[in-house]
Amino acid sequence: MIKFKEKLIHGIFFFNGLLVVIVLLGIFALLVFTSIPAFKEISLREFLFNSNWNPTSYVKSSYGIVAMLVSTFMVTLGALLIAVPLGIGTAAYLSDVASTRVREIAKPTVEILAGIPSVVIGFLGIVLVGPFIAKVFNLHNGLNALNGSILLAVMALPTIISLSEDALKSVPKSYEEASLALGATHWQTLVRVKLPAALSGIIAACMLGMGRAIGETMTVLMATGCAPAMPESFLGAVRTMTSSIAIELGEVPYNTTHYYALFGIGLVLFIITFLVNMSADIILHRYQKVAK
Amino acid sequence: MRRYLGILAVASMFLASAVNVNAQDMLQIKGSDTLINLVQRLAEEYMEKNPGKYIAVTGGGSGTGIAALINGKCDIANASRLMKPKEITQANERGADPKRVVIAMDGLSVITNLKNSVTKLTKDEIGKIFRGEITNWKEVGGTDMAITLYGRQSNSGTFVFFRDAILKGDYSQKMNRMNGNAQIVEAIKQDMSGIGYVGVGYVKDASSQLNVVKVASSPGADYTSPLNSNDVKSGKYPLARPLNQYVNGSPKGATRDFIAFELSPEGQKIIEQEGFFPIPDEYRDFNRKSVGLE
Repeated sequence: MIKFKEKLIHGIFFFNGLLVVIVLLGIFALLVFTSIPAFKEISLREFLFNSNWNPTSYVKSSYGIVAMLVSTFMVTLGALLIAVPLGIGTAAYLSDVASTRVREIAKPTVEILAGIPSVVIGFLGIVLVGPFIAKVFNLHNGLNALNGSILLAVMALPTIISLSEDALKSVPKSYEEASLALGATHWQTLVRVKLPAALSGIIAACMLGMGRAIGETMTVLMATGCAPAMPESFLGAVRTMTSSIAIELGEVPYNTTHYYALFGIGLVLFIITFLVNMSADIILHRYQKVAK
Repeated sequence: MRRYLGILAVASMFLASAVNVNAQDMLQIKGSDTLINLVQRLAEEYMEKNPGKYIAVTGGGSGTGIAALINGKCDIANASRLMKPKEITQANERGADPKRVVIAMDGLSVITNLKNSVTKLTKDEIGKIFRGEITNWKEVGGTDMAITLYGRQSNSGTFVFFRDAILKGDYSQKMNRMNGNAQIVEAIKQDMSGIGYVGVGYVKDASSQLNVVKVASSPGADYTSPLNSNDVKSGKYPLARPLNQYVNGSPKGATRDFIAFELSPEGQKIIEQEGFFPIPDEYRDFNRKSVGLE
């Protein structure tokens, strides 16, 4: 009887594990099969190398995703440039410098930050960050890539801080003790011993933060101006892949080229996040082997 | 036990009534962002006068409203543009028969920042600005400053109307695509270099905080303002347009009753209070032919 019960539980968990794989494959298959019909009318070359996206044009529809691809990369890169140093610094502070009392207040606060709805952050981008950027850079308005980057950095920070801190925490105490015993200062121990030892965890944290930034929709939709032109600089409007899908999927007539093309964008987005996660995994494993 | 039964009875009655509201008396209206505040206000006044009737008004853009009507997801679609022939075919294929009613007149307003010295433009100049052919204010008599464009997203009926009536071409790829009329008004209030377009109902309260551009249909013609009701009603203002509702087939019951209220002198008065204009006789004739109401 006990054996049967154990087998049953084993089976349930196996099924749960399998379910995730099935869902993932299902989503991938759906994206592939729904985007294929788009390429009956659009050449793959136009889709991947043309920068002009205007399916509801007055004159001639065009379906090039280069501008939004560049937009997505710009906003994500900007967010990482802000969030990674800030996130790792905060994590190091929380794990090594802060007193227990500070940590007990600060860590839950960081985690609450993760729970703020993206639409609220987008709203702050319009009323707070936008006017601030406009003032600092002497622009007429603050709806641009920099605004999106700052907001996405705020959204990626909790992930980066929380997971990096866990990684630093899990470095064996003996490393630190050995370093200190050899006469290293606390700073030297942190930078030369603990951070390298926790590197795999920190890289994973940054990759997950990046995943969040690439896929985020509402915030960038509200704060970046959404002009479909090829972005010129961080101080110009951008329109990411996610905002394009969000703007257009609501009104697009089903089963048209435009509809299929939007799934095509989704597929490209899926492949990018997949590659990001996979390379994170490879880096992680390679590093662990070296560490051993 | 008896107490619990009582609570159960009350709860089930409540539930039953809620279901009733949903099933029969709740009128679903969906669509245009330009029309949403206006129709919301009309619905509130109507519900106050007719207890027991319920109307839910939601936005999403004219395209979204029309799609919902085609799919049978709403009773009335608000639309600031006409249905496209393609949409009508699509509706017919699904057994729907869309009928149009004009409920108000809008003077689509071109707005600029209060500090901008340009206060009048021709229709042609506006087209060039939004197509991206004129990119600096000095080209239309203003200061040397790059123009920032604010427009709507493609699910907006106003986006389509403005493009088809004024641009007759594509919007500049550099135009910022905003989420609704209110967002454009807010952006223009802050941005010295900005120009945008919104329904006249949205500038009524803000007209002291921004410029409402006077527009001429051609270089020699008079410049007219969308705030002047006669020019909008007569069509002398070049961006005057009817605001529409679409219903499936000849309206009956609650739908018919509500549309009759909108077209009544009382309804038209509310429309004026909201900053839009009452419908002229030509559209009253149109409504009579279309749905038998005027």
